[in-house]
Amino acid sequence: MSLLSIRDLDVSHGLLQAVRGVSFDLAKGEVLALVGANGAGKTTLLRSIAGAHLPSSGRVLLNDEDLAAVPSHKRIAKGIALVPEGRRLFSQMTVEENLLLGKSSGRKGEWSIDRVLDAFPNLKPRRHAKTGHLSGGEQQATAIGRALMSNPDILLLDEVSLGLSPLVVDRVYAQLQALLTSGTTIVLVEQDLARAMSVASRVICMLEGRIVLDRPAAAVTREHVTQAYFGLHRAAGERSAS
Amino acid sequence: MINTLLQGILLGGYYAVIACGLSFMFSVMRIINLAHGSLAVAAAYGLWLLAAKFGIPPFAGLLIVLPVMAAIGWLLQRFILERSARGGTLLPILTTFGLSIVIDNLLFEQFGADTRSLAPFIGNLSYASWQLPGHIFVGKLAVMMMVTAILILGGLQFFLSRFALGRAIRATAEDPDTAGLVGIDARRVNAVATAITMVTVGIAGAFLGMRATFSAYAGGPQLLFAFEAAVIGGAGSLWGTLAGGIVLGLAQSLGAQLHPQGFLIGGHAMFLLVLFVRLSRFGMPVLDKFGASLKLRARLRSPT
Repeated sequence: MSLLSIRDLDVSHGLLQAVRGVSFDLAKGEVLALVGANGAGKTTLLRSIAGAHLPSSGRVLLNDEDLAAVPSHKRIAKGIALVPEGRRLFSQMTVEENLLLGKSSGRKGEWSIDRVLDAFPNLKPRRHAKTGHLSGGEQQATAIGRALMSNPDILLLDEVSLGLSPLVVDRVYAQLQALLTSGTTIVLVEQDLARAMSVASRVICMLEGRIVLDRPAAAVTREHVTQAYFGLHRAAGERSAS
Repeated sequence: MINTLLQGILLGGYYAVIACGLSFMFSVMRIINLAHGSLAVAAAYGLWLLAAKFGIPPFAGLLIVLPVMAAIGWLLQRFILERSARGGTLLPILTTFGLSIVIDNLLFEQFGADTRSLAPFIGNLSYASWQLPGHIFVGKLAVMMMVTAILILGGLQFFLSRFALGRAIRATAEDPDTAGLVGIDARRVNAVATAITMVTVGIAGAFLGMRATFSAYAGGPQLLFAFEAAVIGGAGSLWGTLAGGIVLGLAQSLGAQLHPQGFLIGGHAMFLLVLFVRLSRFGMPVLDKFGASLKLRARLRSPT
């Protein structure tokens, strides 16, 4: 049985349709890298799974339960946590307060403030600092820690490397490594193809709101993904057909 | 002069009590509740009714009125403010303006034009005072109002910073969309915040009735005082509200010393002066630098 199933999902921003007929299943323990160019619909898809965007049609199923009528604040109680693009921390609150907010859903589990601080040691000395005063890497670690505090079944990570220097991204991924290998089910939206493919067990590439590639990470090369990323596979197909 | 300053400072306690709800609601939901004063007057009438008809003293009556006010706040948010807030920032202002007219006229229909007071039901508290050396008199009720203001503001500050619900209120105030993504039900949090606001409004109504007379249409001036104190102290800042109340009370007391009609004018003049200095950010860099050098905003900042 799939942990998460997406069925014919359509999501629009006003007149613009950002996600078109997307379907896929996610098994427990999978690390799915969701790649694609800007505007491909990755973030919208992730936010729809988290309940922040309502789909115009299609279904999001968690353990076969339809989440259509479940608002975002209840989806986290069901086990879906999103680390949003741009971190979206509460800047007037401290690291500890942000982490405690992650407990709002009331889900019980192994994640606590101490465990988050052990997983992200750079946050330890900054525990009582307001998050608005943190570096980008510290903010990202806080955002991931906040999501982990809800003890999620599925962790949705949206552009964790966005706006961070390569050195800081290395550090964040090093800290994520234990999480990635611990069996947590993860959907990772990432612009950095090499990095996404290095940590994922499966790769989905989106183009103009549609899935154009869905394969196990071991079965794709960077060239495959690059072709799908830029729509070159479609252009090649059209040329051969003509 | 010392007497005047002291009375002004203590009067600020009442203004802080009535303004803190207005400020709290604005900081959490970005709603300016123009029915704030009318709701305070309604609470005062509730206490008067309990005292005059059922013999329940006002302080005991608060045990009934405050939960009722909290329930009114919850319902107000769920059925009126939440819906009107979906229509943009202007609609809640118009809605609460309409609500104030409805409340005022319902009170007028029920209680008529006669002025009422809770003073007869609290013994000599409304006029009793302590005499200090130097012929200085300190009103017991005024001290009680100031202490209550400090307790309310301190309690709110403690609640917002130490309790999970308080943190949820602050998170919702800062970013309601992200609050939903971390598992906070923004609708529930806003309803709780409005209920808390209405409790403070109920306390303000009690003090209004104890320190002065009130009538069905007394809500307008109370709203104005609350608004002035909140703006002077920095809308959305809890301790700033206390500072704003004290500044307003001082300005009114000093105005009354200068001219018999100067009580209200003094307060309004101070309000306009503060507003002028704040708006001068957009056109008078000298005043802006002066304000920045005092670091007033940082000093008065609250968790909200």
